[in-house]
Order: sequence, then C-alpha cells, then structure tokens
Amino acid sequence: MGRGTRKKDEDSGTEVGEGTDDWSQSKATVRPPDQLELTDAELKEEFTRILTANNPHAPQNIVRYSFKEGTYKLVGFVNQLAVHFSQIGNLVPKDSDEGRRQHYRDELAAGLGEQARTLNSLAMSCQGSQESVKLVISETENLDEDEEPKEAEAEAGSQTDVPVAEATEKATEELVTPKQPKERKLTNKFNFSERASQTFNNPLRDRECQMEPPPRTNFSATANQWEIYDAYIEELEKQEKNKEKEKTKTPVAKKTGTMATRKMTSMESQSDDITKVSQAAKIVERMVNQNTYDDVAQDFKYYEDAADEYRDQEGTLLPLWKFQNDKAKRLAVTALSWNPKYKDLFAVGHGSYDFMKQSRGMLLLYSMKNPSFPEYIFSSDSGIMCLDMHVDHPYLVVVGHYDGNVAIYNLKKPNSQPSFRSSAKSGKHTDPVWQVKWQKDDMDHNLNFFSVSSDGRIVSWTLVKSELVHTDVIKLKVEGSTTEVPEGLQLHTVGCGTAFDFHKEIDYMFLVGTEEGKIYKCSKSYSSQFLDTYDAHNMAVDAVTWNPYHTKVFMSCSSDWTVKIWDHTIKTPMFIYDLNSAVGDVAWAPYSSTVFAAVTTDGKVSALFLIPLSLHGKDRDVAQSFYPGGPTPRPGGAHVFDLAINKYEAICNQPVVAKKKNKITHVQFNPIHPIIIVGDDRGHITCLKLSPNLRKMPKDKGESRLGELGSLCLGTWGPEDLSSGQLGAGS
Amino acid sequence: MGETEGKKEEADYKRLQTFPLVRHSDMPEEMRVETMELCVTACEKFSNNNESAAKMIKETMDKKFGSSWHVVIGEGFGFEITHEVKNLLYLYFGGTLAVCVWKCS
Repeated sequence: MGRGTRKKDEDSGTEVGEGTDDWSQSKATVRPPDQLELTDAELKEEFTRILTANNPHAPQNIVRYSFKEGTYKLVGFVNQLAVHFSQIGNLVPKDSDEGRRQHYRDELAAGLGEQARTLNSLAMSCQGSQESVKLVISETENLDEDEEPKEAEAEAGSQTDVPVAEATEKATEELVTPKQPKERKLTNKFNFSERASQTFNNPLRDRECQMEPPPRTNFSATANQWEIYDAYIEELEKQEKNKEKEKTKTPVAKKTGTMATRKMTSMESQSDDITKVSQAAKIVERMVNQNTYDDVAQDFKYYEDAADEYRDQEGTLLPLWKFQNDKAKRLAVTALSWNPKYKDLFAVGHGSYDFMKQSRGMLLLYSMKNPSFPEYIFSSDSGIMCLDMHVDHPYLVVVGHYDGNVAIYNLKKPNSQPSFRSSAKSGKHTDPVWQVKWQKDDMDHNLNFFSVSSDGRIVSWTLVKSELVHTDVIKLKVEGSTTEVPEGLQLHTVGCGTAFDFHKEIDYMFLVGTEEGKIYKCSKSYSSQFLDTYDAHNMAVDAVTWNPYHTKVFMSCSSDWTVKIWDHTIKTPMFIYDLNSAVGDVAWAPYSSTVFAAVTTDGKVSALFLIPLSLHGKDRDVAQSFYPGGPTPRPGGAHVFDLAINKYEAICNQPVVAKKKNKITHVQFNPIHPIIIVGDDRGHITCLKLSPNLRKMPKDKGESRLGELGSLCLGTWGPEDLSSGQLGAGS
Repeated sequence: MGETEGKKEEADYKRLQTFPLVRHSDMPEEMRVETMELCVTACEKFSNNNESAAKMIKETMDKKFGSSWHVVIGEGFGFEITHEVKNLLYLYFGGTLAVCVWKCS
C-alpha cells in the first residue's frame, strides 16, 4: 500500500466517521495502516489456533490444603484477570443513586424556583410575550405562594430568555447566572459559549520638542603619500631632538623617552593653562609673603634678645610666624613633625582631643617660606592623631587616625588620597592610634613603621609592594589585673598604649607609655613579656622620648602634671617636675642633651617649658619634685629649662597663645634653626625663636654634648655618691 | 652607493613608521587614546584590506561611543567633512596610511 493511498484511506475514514453514508456505505473497508499484505494462498490458509482470554502467566498447578478432606487439592479455578490500567473517575451516572442524590440536593438548593422558571420559559417560548409570562407567573403564584420573591428576582435578572436544560433551544447560552453556581459544575464541557468585549482604547497624544543639534564643525585635509612621509620625517626629527635632550638629562630607555615626549607634546595642547603657571604662581606667592612678613623673617634670621646678657640665665621666646588655615579651623593640632630633609617644612596633623566631638581630620604641610598657606593639604574622614615623616624618604608621611586606621601619604602624588591605607581587613587598630613611627627598612628593604593604639596592640606595618602587611609586636596587658577582676571582666586586662619611642642605638628596645600611667620597656623580639616596668605616672602617659645624646636617659610626661626624667636601668625617676597642669607633650632639644621643652594645659592657660639640664652631683634628693615656675608658677607662660644651668626652675616661662581658652597641645624643635613650633587646640601653630640663653651649647665642644648629661647622671649616681652612701631613691 | 643608502633609508623609514601619528584630533584624551589603539589594531589586523579595517573601526566605534561613525582609510584621498565637535580623529599610520574617523549623525 502506497503512501498516497494510505492517506486517502485516512481521509475517507474520517469522513466515514462523520457519517456521509450515502455513497461510502457500500465500499467502506477500513484498513489499519499497518495491515499485512497477504497472498491468496496465505489468506486461504486455515489456522486452527484458538485464542482464549486465559492468562498465559497464570499458574496452573496451585494446590491448597483442604481441611475437609485432610489432603492437598489442586485448585481448579485460577484467576485470569490482569489489570493493566485503572483510574478512579469522578463522573457520576445520572441514573445511579449518587447521581440522583446530587440532583436532589441541587434542586433543594436552587429551590423550587427552578421549576417555576421552567414553567416560565416554557410559557414564553410558546407564546413569546411578556404579558403571558406574567400570567403564568400569577398562576404559579397561586400554586406556591412562598416562591414569590424569588420568582420576581428571576424575572428581573433575565427578562428575555431564561435557561432551561432541555426545554428551550436558545437558552443554552444563558446557563450561567449568578443564582446557580452549583449548576455550573455539572454543565456540559462541550457546550460552551464565547464572549468577547473590547475595552476603551487610550487616546493617543503627540508631544514634540526640539533640541539644539550637537555642535558641528567642518574639517578638511588631503592625505597622500608625500604628505604622510613628510609628517613622519618631521615627527622623527622631533623625537630625535627630544632623545638628545633626554640623554643629556637622564639616560632613560629610548622608547619610554620618546613615548613620554610624544605624550607630552600631545598633552600640552590640551592641558588647562592653570598648571603652566603654577610654578610661577608659587614663586610669586612666596615673594609676596616674604614682603609681607619681612620683619618676621628679619627677626628669624638676625634678632637676638639683647636683654639676655643681663638676665643671667633666663631667656625668652620671640613669637615669629603664626600658621593657620581656614579648612583646619577648630581642629586641634594633634601632631607636629619637622621634615627631616627640608628644614623649613613641617607637617601638622589636625584632629580632635574632645572624644565626644570627633569630626574630620586634616594633614597640612607648611613651609616657613610661606606662612599664609599650606604647601600641601590632605583631608580625611577621621581625625588624625599622630604622624611621622620618613628620614630617607622625606616625602612619605605616615599618619594614625582616630578610627584606628593608619595611612601613608605621598607628597609627590598630587591627589589628596593616601597612597596606602589600612582597612578593617588588614588589621587596623580598634581604638585611636596614638603614635606612629617609621623604622629602618627591614631586611628585604621594605619600608616599615610601628603604631601604638589604645586597643593595646603595638603593630609593625610593612609596605610590601603595594600592600600594608601588619604584624602584632606586643599586646599590652595590665599585670595582675586578671586575678583581681572577676572572670567576666576580662576587659580590664588590656593596657592602652598612648605613646612609644625607640631607642636610638639599641634597635630592638623601645618604651611604651600607657593610659594606666605605666611605662613598659619592651623588646621587638619578646611579644609576651616586658623587659621592665616603670610605675611612672598616676594618669595617662602623654609622651615618652629618649634623650638624643645620652642613650640611657628618657623622659616622660603625663596628665598628672608631671614630667619625669629616667635612667632606663633604674626603676625610679631621676627628676620629677611638677608643672601644675596636665603636660601634653615634651621634646628634647636637638642641640643640647640637657634642654627640653614641655607644654601644659590646665583648661584655661597653656604653658611651654623648655628645660636645660646641668647638675652637679651632690644632690641626694634625686627623686624629689621640682617646681619649675616656683611654688606658684605663672600660668599661661612658656617655661624654659636647662638642667645644666638650673635643674630646679625653667629658664623660660612665657605665654604663648593669645587667647586664654586656647590650649597648647604639642611642641617640636626645629632640627637646625633655633626655633620651636607649638600647636594649640584651635588649629593654630606658632613659631617661636629661642633667645640666646635658651640655646647655649655645651661649653666644651671637644667633649660631646652627651658629656653634660653624662656628667649629670654620673654626678647623680657617681661613684663618690655611692661611696659616700648619699644615693637617694635612685638605687 | 646612493641606491643602497636610499634603500637603507627606506627600510629605516618602514621600520620606524609603525607608530600612529595623530595629525588632528579634537577628542578628549581618553577617547583619543582608545580610538588610536583601535585604529592600530584594525590596520594591523587587516593590513592588506583597508575596507575591512574601516568596517571594524566603524563598528567598534559605534558600539563604544554611539552610532553614526564614519571611517575612511586610504593611501591618498582628499576630504571635506562635517563632524560633531569632539568627535574627530585624523591620523597617519604605518607610514603609508591615513585614517580619518569622525562622528556625524
């Protein structure tokens, strides 16, 4: 059987199904498409095989024990039924009990109104007029009076044609009425009607606007081989020239040189003009400043206080420039540092010591050549608490923030963001960073620095490529506090570091001052224990610093009003100075081992103390207290001491800030010039010149400066003292 | 002698002139660098089929900087175009090719 015929068969088959029986009745031989084709012989062949409905897999030999007969007996009847598919249906025959019950229920629900309606529609279909309907209704009313309201409703709901199952032909569409939701379930699924509706189309509206077309210009040129060639030759010559220039300057790799110059030439045409004049503007600005502050500059260079000659030992401080910046207004000076290379440049960290009012921070670098405006300005979100400049790379400034971060600013880079910055991931401190200090490059020549924070950690930060890698060097613990405090309060065991300083010669040794007033002598190599502990102060240690000449001596200051000078081998202080208000900062003078400066705040006034040392060894009261300004020191004065001259009193005690409410926070000596800078909590920095009496060099130049303090120390603990048994608390 | 020198010069010239030489551009720096790199890439990729190179440049520029870019690549041609401001680059490349890229919608 060919394909075509088969198809035809199928077609005819369907038609046959439809019942077009007038012509196909006679030869309606429907063949399945896969019927075998057999020869006549095959067709005639007779098969005696009988097909039965028996299950071939059913066992034939089932035996059961018969109790009646007391023997096993073959079971004659085997179940031949095999179930291939079964499904529980949900159709209910109309005539069955269940069907009838449902029908009855529906009728109950719909009420007998259905009946009435049937009658109703019957009447309508017969007579086709409303009046007759009413008539019929009235008849039904007579029949069942209680059906009245429902009937009225039914009439109102569907006035024209009311659906009835078999009675009316056109009623089928209206089967769905809100009154018979249950009826709907039983409707014939093949008997449905479609409804369509069209919604209102939203009206269209036109909006127009016209823009300026983007600006255009014309450009024309001609490209041909000789022009291209000429252009290249010209360019080559230019490059050649540049190369020669570069060679004379610095022998850089050729390619980068040419690339750079090419970039330069192309850049020049596009860069804004302001950068071109920046250098010139800077020079002019400095000239103007020099003019404005001419008298100050003259004072800085030449003025010497003539009164010093008559004053015997005391000296004065001459105010020079004042530095301040609008952006750093109301931000306290929290750190000062001179640049180790450019002696006229210093860095100022701005933040706040009022811990309820923390705001942003600023890092400003001023030059004495331009007192009116900072050379560099960097701002940060968190206040700066400390900073340090690298000795070998004076353009690198490390700062510690109030939020515990440390960051490195590169002055060579113009952008105001730090080049490197710690993050929560890279082990930042959890409390304010109180001091940072650059260290010598480590063995792999990586830059590294240390930081100390209130969270008790002293961290070594190493700059590996472009990352800050941190290592905890020491965790400060308060000795004995774990035993005293109940177990739940482990909090107290952390010591809060506030200041540290590294020994000038012994690399691994450093001192840490804490908020508890203790000073620990630590080693970089022991992270678990301290080399020594000094019960230095009753309140937080604000600064601790080694003497630059005498390697054994260091100095500490604290909010408990005292400055103490120590020999690190001895547990008690050599000298105690009570300055009658909290001491914020101390600094050793760079020119003499015996001079130092201290600043104090007492809420109303600030004072600056410069202290020279020179003692003679007859004093047994080594640990006695000194009152530098006398029993009632002049508040708000700047005080200068030289232990070599007078170890009891400041050789200078002078007011520094104009307003009484300003507090001095920090002080730094210039490394070479006889000047100091002091910062206050209003963001002002004042530069002061030391009068000749304050910067007396040791008389004997052959003997080193350390000799002074050395003899002082020796004097204090000299062999003759030891032998005479006059040693005080120092031993 | 002269001839060899000339040849040598020629070779030198060929060797040296591989870099792109911007003749005229009013694009912003970043865009110009990007377009320059694109031109170099295209001209090197289709060194003997300027049409494909131009097509590549045009399509890439359309994708990157919005549509309606036009590119002309050739060894010798003259032109006068109207272009949108800040959207023109005219450069020489490889010592023999001139590439003009502009936008005008």
